[in-house]
Amino acid sequence: MAGSNPNAKPMNLTLKVWRQKNRNAEGQIVEYQVKDISPEMSFLEMLDVLNEDLLHKGEEPVAFDHDCREGICGSCNLFINGRAHGPEKGTTTCQLHMRKFSDGDTITIEPWRANAFPVNRDLSVDRSAFDRIIQAGGYVSVNTGGAPDGNEIPIPKPVADRAFEAATCIACGACVAACKNASAMLFVSAKISQLALLPQGQVERKTRVENMIAQMDKEGFGACTNIGQCAAECPVGISLENIALMNREFISAKATSNNLA
Amino acid sequence: MSWISNTFSSSIGRKVIVAITGLFLCSFLVVHLIGNFQLFKDDGGAAFNIYSHFMGTNPVIRTVEWGLLLGFVFHIYESYTLAVRNRAARSVAYVDSRPSQNSPWYSRSMALLGTIILLFLLVHMYNFFYRARFGDLDPDINNNADLYTLVYSSFKQWWYVLLYVAAQVALCYHLIHGFRSGFQTLGLNHRKYTPLVRIIGYAFAIIVCAGFAAMPLYFFFFKPELAH
Repeated sequence: MAGSNPNAKPMNLTLKVWRQKNRNAEGQIVEYQVKDISPEMSFLEMLDVLNEDLLHKGEEPVAFDHDCREGICGSCNLFINGRAHGPEKGTTTCQLHMRKFSDGDTITIEPWRANAFPVNRDLSVDRSAFDRIIQAGGYVSVNTGGAPDGNEIPIPKPVADRAFEAATCIACGACVAACKNASAMLFVSAKISQLALLPQGQVERKTRVENMIAQMDKEGFGACTNIGQCAAECPVGISLENIALMNREFISAKATSNNLA
Repeated sequence: MSWISNTFSSSIGRKVIVAITGLFLCSFLVVHLIGNFQLFKDDGGAAFNIYSHFMGTNPVIRTVEWGLLLGFVFHIYESYTLAVRNRAARSVAYVDSRPSQNSPWYSRSMALLGTIILLFLLVHMYNFFYRARFGDLDPDINNNADLYTLVYSSFKQWWYVLLYVAAQVALCYHLIHGFRSGFQTLGLNHRKYTPLVRIIGYAFAIIVCAGFAAMPLYFFFFKPELAH
């Protein structure tokens, strides 16, 4: 391996992996051994090794979600040793490296658990509930056409920065997975805050928060009890300030919007 | 007016009710604590009985009392509804879950702590409120109902003192989370003030609960036999 650390000793690990054939099947934990895992591998590369082994043995590989493997797409979503995205703070599963574990460790790997996120297969869950919440209002309607001039809409730098903080949410669902109530409020609040702070978001500001909260409740997510497990496990550090901002947006929209339903 | 019922049956709407009633109940705790400090007066209970007579008969207090009852009812009902909904949001539990690594236990145990406080409240209300309001307490030297003697004899029983102190510990943890949580739910989060709210919440919880717990402990350990 080019550029690898010569002192990194390969590890042997015991994996306890949730296996489930499909959405309606009963699942269970199955134990596997993986050998010669480099501490420089990412967690997903370690699972790739496991799946190679399984394929060689003629067994079904473990299904898990992944895409960019650079920590920016929000696809990977594993509950590792009782924590969303594993023990390391501020990382996605793909950016968690095996050097965080020790030779001989037993690692439990489970899918996100929430009724709004049904398990498709093994470790892969269906997060389309998030898509439906976005469809309910997490957008800005604009006339398409030529690209607008860069400085046409002046936005103060601190406001742009604050909106960008919220916009860094990658919708991985760790907030839901970590929350005792399986609440999606950190995710929803990040999306609402981002658009509520920017001038482009003002047109749909009230209907957005009303419709997105209604959809969130309909999907069966729990309600926030301000424990903060979500923010503690969020790989990109979305703050609880967003939930407070969302609550303000919701209360003021309910009090002042023209929506009588 | 369906928008009103829709608002208050939504997740955030219910949370707002819990927050408003919770902070209102905090104000009640302050009044209750300050009034009950009369128990520490060494006058055979005269001052405390004057105070309890006032609280039981003054028309303003008797009216506000209904608001207090509503505060409790809504706080308990909405919290219970949310707790049931939150539990239903994850019907398959994790095999391995380590929440202690991302949050304090009392923040995750608000429903349990609230239930302990409710059970205490029922015993407390039956023993003192019910018997003062509807019971037949003997009159004291000023011809006020002698609630003081009832308090005295109750707090001379070890199991009663234990129940009270345990309930105050539960209340303290409930308040440490609940105080700051109420502000957060109402959207009152600010980089300048939220750290202050946290500190005030801690101080409030500890001072109020230590004050209440001091009463049974004082009677049990330090109060000599009644004069009359």
